[in-house]
Amino acid sequence: MKGRQGQRVRLYVRGTILGYKRSKSNQYENTSLLQIEGVNTKEEVGWYAGKRIAYVYKAKTKSSGSTIRCIWGKVTRPHGNSGVVRAKFRSNLPPTSMGKKVRVFMYPSSI
Amino acid sequence: MAPTSKLSQGIKKASRSHTYHRRGLWAIKAKHGGAFPKAEKPDAAAAAAPKFYPADDVKPRQPSTRKPNPTKLRSSITPGTVLILLAGRYMGKRVIFLKQLKSGLLLVTGPFKINGVPIRRVNQSYVIATSTKVDISGVNVEKFDDKYFSRDKKQKAKKTEGELFETEKEATKDLPQFKKEDQKVVDAELIKAIEAVPDLKTYLGARFSLRDGDKPHEMVF
Repeated sequence: MKGRQGQRVRLYVRGTILGYKRSKSNQYENTSLLQIEGVNTKEEVGWYAGKRIAYVYKAKTKSSGSTIRCIWGKVTRPHGNSGVVRAKFRSNLPPTSMGKKVRVFMYPSSI
Repeated sequence: MAPTSKLSQGIKKASRSHTYHRRGLWAIKAKHGGAFPKAEKPDAAAAAAPKFYPADDVKPRQPSTRKPNPTKLRSSITPGTVLILLAGRYMGKRVIFLKQLKSGLLLVTGPFKINGVPIRRVNQSYVIATSTKVDISGVNVEKFDDKYFSRDKKQKAKKTEGELFETEKEATKDLPQFKKEDQKVVDAELIKAIEAVPDLKTYLGARFSLRDGDKPHEMVF
């Protein structure tokens, strides 16, 4: 494989994992809450609904030739009125991911 | 009962020869003089006219004739639209949409001369349509279809005993010459149209990327 050359291209928006969907004493790990950068209202979430998310992290051991792993998911709907987003991942995010960054991609695109 | 359990995916507990022996096929073969007995085929005339009218009024099942609807093209994408590729090797590149293929995929080209993107197919959910359009009326894209992009079937050569353990030599994976020619023909017409519009050439040569503070949901492409 070739190394990185030329201009860096970022085609995803950064987001932060806030935690799981929860009530006072229960938490629902199958839904995660994310804050997408620059999204501050419920209306703005509409553009991101269905977009793919990747939680990229590093592990100690190599799997399929790399120590970098990824959990894929997608934005499902807004959570509240201030632009927080609910997301589902193929496998639930680990608790250690709270506060970490995710990549919110611009596909599947509808523009 | 037959030991049908599997040791793992695709590997059965009983081997082929074991099953042959257990089923006593060898005995059947021996009884019929070394070959399996074959049921004689009914002759065509008898098969055509059945002796009795079937008592049950059951129609033979018709094979489904339903064909999937063609993929809808997003209204923002029309022939000549400049698209931004969102994923894959050429992500961030601006390319020109030529036409939609039968499979629903979009036929695009860089042009190769300007930004290095060859004539290729992309899924429309991995592109952003921009408001920029290029006049592609002079470009002939009739010869491009899904078959054009299909891979050649690999010919598996039977190996002799000596070659069995030799590592396979990698054949050179050069693009066939006719594809290079096709690219040149399409590029020539496109570049003519692109150079007629100021700044379009540098626009197509530049990659798209998000910068700090960019909000794609507020952008107009």
